[in-house]
Amino acid sequence: MVATTAMAKDDSVLLDLAEQALDLARGNGATAAEVNAGLGHGLSVTVRKGEVETVEHNRDKSLAVTVFFGERSGSASTSDFRPEALAEAVQAACTIARYTAADPYSGLADPAHLARTIPDLDLYHPWALDVDAAIDLAQRCEAAAFATDARIRNSEGATVTTHEGVDLYATSHGFRGLTKTTRHGVSCAVLGEDQSGAMQRDYDYAAVRDARDLPDVGVIGAGAARRAARRLGARQIKTCQVPVLYEAQVARTLLSHLVSAISGPSLYRRSSFLLDSVDTPLFPSWVHIYEDPHRRKAMGSAPFDDEGVETKRRDLVEGGILRRYCLDSYAARKLGLVTTGNAGGVHNLMVAPGPEDLAGLLREMGRGLLVTELIGFGINGVTGDYSRGAAGFWVEGGEIAYPVEEITIASNLRDMYKGLVAVGRDVDYRHNSCTGSWLIDRMTVAGA
Amino acid sequence: MTNAILQTQNLERAQDFLLKPAGIGASELSEVMGRMLGHQVDYADLYFQYSRQESWSLEEGQVKSGNRHIEQGVGVRAISGEKTGFAYSDEIQMPALLDAATAARAIARSGREQTAAMVARGGNTLSLYEPADPLGSLEDTAKVALLERVEREARRLDPRVKQVMASLGGSQETILVMRSDGVMAADVRPLVRLNVTVIVEQDGRREHGSAGGGGRTDYGYFLTEDRALSYAREAVRQALVNLEASPAPAGTMQVVLGPGWPGILLHEAIGHGLEGDFNRKGTSAFAGRLGEKIAADQCTVVDDGTLPGRRGSLNVDDEGTPTQNTVLIERGILRGYIQDRMNARLMGMAPTGNGRRESYAHLPMPRMTNTYMLAGDRVPEEIIGSVKKGLYAVNFGGGQVDITSGKFVFSASEAYLIENGRVGRPVRGATLIGSGPDVLKRVAMVGNDLALDTGVGTCGKDGQSVPVGVGQPTLRIDGLTVGGTEE
Repeated sequence: MVATTAMAKDDSVLLDLAEQALDLARGNGATAAEVNAGLGHGLSVTVRKGEVETVEHNRDKSLAVTVFFGERSGSASTSDFRPEALAEAVQAACTIARYTAADPYSGLADPAHLARTIPDLDLYHPWALDVDAAIDLAQRCEAAAFATDARIRNSEGATVTTHEGVDLYATSHGFRGLTKTTRHGVSCAVLGEDQSGAMQRDYDYAAVRDARDLPDVGVIGAGAARRAARRLGARQIKTCQVPVLYEAQVARTLLSHLVSAISGPSLYRRSSFLLDSVDTPLFPSWVHIYEDPHRRKAMGSAPFDDEGVETKRRDLVEGGILRRYCLDSYAARKLGLVTTGNAGGVHNLMVAPGPEDLAGLLREMGRGLLVTELIGFGINGVTGDYSRGAAGFWVEGGEIAYPVEEITIASNLRDMYKGLVAVGRDVDYRHNSCTGSWLIDRMTVAGA
Repeated sequence: MTNAILQTQNLERAQDFLLKPAGIGASELSEVMGRMLGHQVDYADLYFQYSRQESWSLEEGQVKSGNRHIEQGVGVRAISGEKTGFAYSDEIQMPALLDAATAARAIARSGREQTAAMVARGGNTLSLYEPADPLGSLEDTAKVALLERVEREARRLDPRVKQVMASLGGSQETILVMRSDGVMAADVRPLVRLNVTVIVEQDGRREHGSAGGGGRTDYGYFLTEDRALSYAREAVRQALVNLEASPAPAGTMQVVLGPGWPGILLHEAIGHGLEGDFNRKGTSAFAGRLGEKIAADQCTVVDDGTLPGRRGSLNVDDEGTPTQNTVLIERGILRGYIQDRMNARLMGMAPTGNGRRESYAHLPMPRMTNTYMLAGDRVPEEIIGSVKKGLYAVNFGGGQVDITSGKFVFSASEAYLIENGRVGRPVRGATLIGSGPDVLKRVAMVGNDLALDTGVGTCGKDGQSVPVGVGQPTLRIDGLTVGGTEE
């Protein structure tokens, strides 16, 4: 069904393993089966205060199998690829399937929805990075942080990583999908200290598919230093209700809460604050959110989802109205709908950018809170109640006045989505969900 | 079973299981160590692991899925000063071990191979749990039946219960550590957990409640003392309370924390900041503050890995050091850090049995075990009675801390207003935020009702998850910021 080019050794190892596992499943009486297998390796080097701190050589290996006996299923996984271990895993999955309940909605994806061709999304660019070169990059990155601001006196280090892997999804109904991907990153976390001895930490990083797309490592170090230094002197503010501007890298979290609330399990368990909300307005009418799974070189790109279903560019929110849920085949069948190609999650969820950059949004907000960091897990997915720890900056007259910490911001996600005033054009592309900054009309800030 | 016999059994069992099939004996281990130990590598270790885990989950009245996972491998680490070289392999075979050793020792540039034979000797370990195999401790049909009983109990309690999700998980992990100082230690670690979440609905409003527990034992634990069903009852009770909850207040106020799981306060506010790595590097808000008064006189906080059967307990840590009861704060004074071997050595301190790792594929770090505050002398009712207006928080979800600024959060999932010394109406979940080095100074009263959590904690650090425990008595804190919506 699927054509792949340049069959390397890892590819054939995985294909052989998958055939064996599928044969074993069939031999055990399974009526259908699926296999997810992956092989990868990488290097991670951390330098701290100019000296090498860790050199880690990573190798990942995994195989997961799900077997179906009619409407019953069981699954198992192993990191051991020897034939006896593979047989044990398949056997374990089959044993489990004997005890699970029959579920008429279980099973593989409908063949009609499977990806028929697998486009090359340009996600595989191995980086021939040796340890010495990695050390050199990390040292230059961290040195740039120390050189940026005299108040940067300590460091958690700079890290350079590279990883490449091949993943296979194979099913008893004939699907074979191989994807080869690389991920490379540079990150730096440093500490600033003020006259009182109070310390602040912050970081910056880059994540890419192709090392040639990395910014100069000095830019990342300097970014980390600026972010840490600007937090020095942070204080608590008084409890108030004000507009809140989420910097792009934290605005992304508001998208992930949305996806979680409109994902299959939350819906069929009726444990979501967004039940029955397709075709209803969730956002102001100018908001456009869509998936773009085939964007070349993007971090969230994938030619097919976790069950082989074709991915394609699709709207999620258009005209402010929620147009669909995020479903895999199982959830879709339970809800009487059709899979949306979201087994395993979304792929490059994008928010159409607005006209303003961050400075423009600050001016638009006038007086309020700019949030640059969130901590904690205070989200109730059943009610949408939202309450998280935050740090950032107080904004007066459209400009940053001073850094703020030890506060919480609270509201309800429904109100926050409705109260979205603007999205910036400062899009953060380092993730699977990409958006500019979000200005929310009003939240409760708890402080002193 | 006596301690000595259990220790020997664990070591023999681990060797038989992990090393013998690959023909790895004393001389092979010496050869691998010898490859790393030159004059610039001052410490090295090998960590062999085999683990089997399973999970069963129920929703909509049926156990529809189950999973079994098998994992094995060996991690090889070489340390030179503050530098660490690390490699691992999922094949426990000599060629792979030698390759990993070669990669790991590259951290020390001019190492020379050592040829002196290393004599392995068994290290001390504790015997806090039996080397049980949870997976085999109950028939698969009985595991399914247990979850179905939990489900029926939850639905029986109240017609407003619309959904029940329950899961049962168990694992057994066999580990063997071989250190360059010749110490060899092994442990066989069982762990079980059962969780229940319910969704309740009334007049179109929905809420949820969760409860669970477990420990280092087998599934029989859930069948005794009605435990499994008690989790169902607790989840339903919480969910129904939350159905009635009104918006939480916003601002800084007096907060009374209930006993047990609210001890996540200590884990976030104090525990992480006292981990050796952050203090050696000077990145913690607690760095350089040993001997300083950082808490009220009534506060004594320990990290104790030696509690029998507890989720956070270990016979030996992942570096072969027996766990211990480490005093972190004694009557308000900062007394100790949480140490692994590397950070202890670099700081000139003793390891405290807190060197832990998620698996062979991860580096060990200083991690907590069971962290709790000792009991005080106040009756809980007296503590609540002393508050004119404040918040009484008895259940929490997760928490997080910024080590450097010391700011920490933890999110209440069940809380009530206190008005004129009485517990009043329930309020919706809200995040509480405070400052670690400051918050225990604000402890005004400590209850006599120390309780540990039921065995549900998992701690994440640098992408590594390990099971932990927390606990505390009822506490009154004069000034925590509560992140509700009502001004």
